[in-house]
Amino acid sequence: MSATDLFARHLPQLLLWGLVATVAMTTILQGSQGLGLSRLSLPFLVGTFFTSNRDRATVIGFIVYLIGGWGFAMLYFLFFAGIGLATWWLGALLGFLHGLFLLVGALPLLPYAHPRMASEHDGPGTGYILEPPGFFGLNYGRRTPLTTLLGQVVYGATLGGLCQIGGVIGGAGP
Amino acid sequence: MPPRAGSGTRARDGGRTQCTASIGDYAIIGDCRSAALISLQGSLDWLCLPEFASPSIFGALLSQPARGETNGSDPGTDDSGRFAIRPAVAARVSRRYIPDSNVLETTFDTGDGIVRTVDLMPLPPPRQIRPMTEILRIVEGVSGRVPVAFEITPRPDYGRIAPGLEQRAPTQWAWAWGSECLHFNADVRLNAVDARLLGQQLVTAGDRIFCSLAYTKGDIGVIAPLGPAAEQRLEDTLRWWRQWSSLARYAGPYRDGVVRSALALKLLTYALSGAVVAAPSTSLPESVGGDRNWDYRYCWLRDAALTMRAFVGLGYLDEARAFFDWMMHATRLTWPELRVLYDVYGRTALTEKELRHWRGFCDSRPVRIGNGAHTQLQLDVYGAVCLAAREFATATGKLERDAARLLRGFGESVCREWQQPDHGIWEIRGEPRQYTFSKAMCWTALDALIQLSERGLLDLQSGAREARAALRELIETRGYNLGLRAYAATLDGTDVDASLLLLGCLGYADPASERMRGTYSRVHEKLARNGLLMRYEPGFDGFAAPEGAFGICSFWAIDNLAKRGDREEAHRAFRHVTGFANDVGLLAEEIDPDSGVLLGNFPQAYTHVGVINAALAMEQH
Repeated sequence: MSATDLFARHLPQLLLWGLVATVAMTTILQGSQGLGLSRLSLPFLVGTFFTSNRDRATVIGFIVYLIGGWGFAMLYFLFFAGIGLATWWLGALLGFLHGLFLLVGALPLLPYAHPRMASEHDGPGTGYILEPPGFFGLNYGRRTPLTTLLGQVVYGATLGGLCQIGGVIGGAGP
Repeated sequence: MPPRAGSGTRARDGGRTQCTASIGDYAIIGDCRSAALISLQGSLDWLCLPEFASPSIFGALLSQPARGETNGSDPGTDDSGRFAIRPAVAARVSRRYIPDSNVLETTFDTGDGIVRTVDLMPLPPPRQIRPMTEILRIVEGVSGRVPVAFEITPRPDYGRIAPGLEQRAPTQWAWAWGSECLHFNADVRLNAVDARLLGQQLVTAGDRIFCSLAYTKGDIGVIAPLGPAAEQRLEDTLRWWRQWSSLARYAGPYRDGVVRSALALKLLTYALSGAVVAAPSTSLPESVGGDRNWDYRYCWLRDAALTMRAFVGLGYLDEARAFFDWMMHATRLTWPELRVLYDVYGRTALTEKELRHWRGFCDSRPVRIGNGAHTQLQLDVYGAVCLAAREFATATGKLERDAARLLRGFGESVCREWQQPDHGIWEIRGEPRQYTFSKAMCWTALDALIQLSERGLLDLQSGAREARAALRELIETRGYNLGLRAYAATLDGTDVDASLLLLGCLGYADPASERMRGTYSRVHEKLARNGLLMRYEPGFDGFAAPEGAFGICSFWAIDNLAKRGDREEAHRAFRHVTGFANDVGLLAEEIDPDSGVLLGNFPQAYTHVGVINAALAMEQH
């Protein structure tokens, strides 16, 4: 069965597993923020793309973040189906690489794309601006790389593990 | 006229000021979450974030050296934290609050030019992306040319952390530690020297330099904009304070002083819970060089009745409601018993510690954080809370059922505990005693509840009326000393105590009665100095060090005078006592009756409550 056939057949499970993985990752990231390990809040960062209202930004950010979590769950699934293997450790590895890209590639680029974030080259502006994340997100706290990587690893491991338990790749499937 | 506690005009000695600065040299700015103290020399020397009782970020206030030593303004030696903007040469200084606001304006005249700093903690519209707290300092060139020195040295956790400094843009800098960060954004170029920012700029007439220091905890930091946006924040903040001030319902002759006191009181309210802290500072000494140094960044229930009276009397019912809600909420964990003090969220684990690495204000050691009084039994707080509830219910005409249930519980505690000795209104350490004032406040608690019950606002427990009658009998037989012809500090005692003037203020006795007139006279005979009242006689509290006159006691006396019809004497005394305020109208906990110097934590909410209530009493009688 091709990857796209598998995808179409297991879409309801995939949506549920994507939600579970996103919730697990969000719990770790928001928990890290609450415990003072990092000041990074990815939902808030995403939400402030759309509005400068803090409350609305948080709500919109969580919605977009959830949809993004589902979107990435599809990509992870296509990857698992493509190589014919879905395990928790493969998911964790994929999550680790995903997190590394986020820290090294995406976050440092954010100041150039985000309408409400300062870049290292900004002078005085006219509106409140968010501090830039810096390399590895270190501006948001020294433990930010660790908590971000942990969140992404747990996301991938959860997704891979659920696909493994469900036996939808390389097995009979439900 | 009394000597002024802060003349408003002083010269500096080439940047090496000796410890001639007094507590009255400071002024307060705030945003109703925390507050900063800024010296006459333009140095922000005290700021705790994110709330009043959090560890300090700037703490130079409590490492002021004794007379004859340098004050640590040498950037190589200071480790307590400050944010200073001031002329780099000697200057004459004057300052004021922009009328009806908490925006501070300090003018430096060097002879070659004049610069002015405008200091505020902005109150921008809610819900927007903005820092948790911002300090905005604006430097204006008024005339001539003045070299202005800048120094920003954050030292979080009471000076125990030296956070790393990073330059994020040519004029943007960040300090980060733990989950907290400070972002400095200014249109002046400064240099990093050992995690502090230093620099100097020649300011000429017409120049306008903005310096924003933004604080965030546990979240992505926000950098506040400068230029027109900062001007807008200044305008918004001024408009907010002016509108708030305009609501003050007072039409007497002392409006400026009353509004200033109301503004100070508002700055000491915690917007997120409605609590009112006693002062924004800790360990400012009650005698310079002495050891009566306490942490006042908490909420004392003792102050509740008079604080509520001030809010209600001035027509600030929103503040009154928030304060009442905080009282009912904060005391739930200890209900039906009350503790002496709580923090802004109602927490009572306020363990007292000493900061041994700080030398204190002019070597006044120890510097304490937390407050050991939280373990004491203080029966008068029941009266303060129940009376505050009665004042609030009278003003609003209602009392929610849940609040009524809580109050009934407090009444039951009074009926159970009133015969116990306690530590009294002044939290005197050591063995508890049978204080007359505590018994009177137990009577006041039951009386307030009985009145609420007679208006159908709560169900009274059985035995309350009997206990009230027994209390009056006890106070009038053993609390009143026939030889003194006055109420005595303790049952069967011979000492006088200024707190007994409150019997006339709070409704226990008629200030015009023979017994209250006698008490007023004895208190003045034994405790008055230079028209100010000490709270008790020397040595009564077991401390050897002297202390000043207790600010609010003089206002209780004025309240008695007004209510018994001695109007002229009341006005004369009011003008005399308020004359001890510093150049911007602020008062501390105590006043040295000889020198007029302000002592103790500053500014003190309770003293300003005294100003408001005395002025209201004179207006109403």
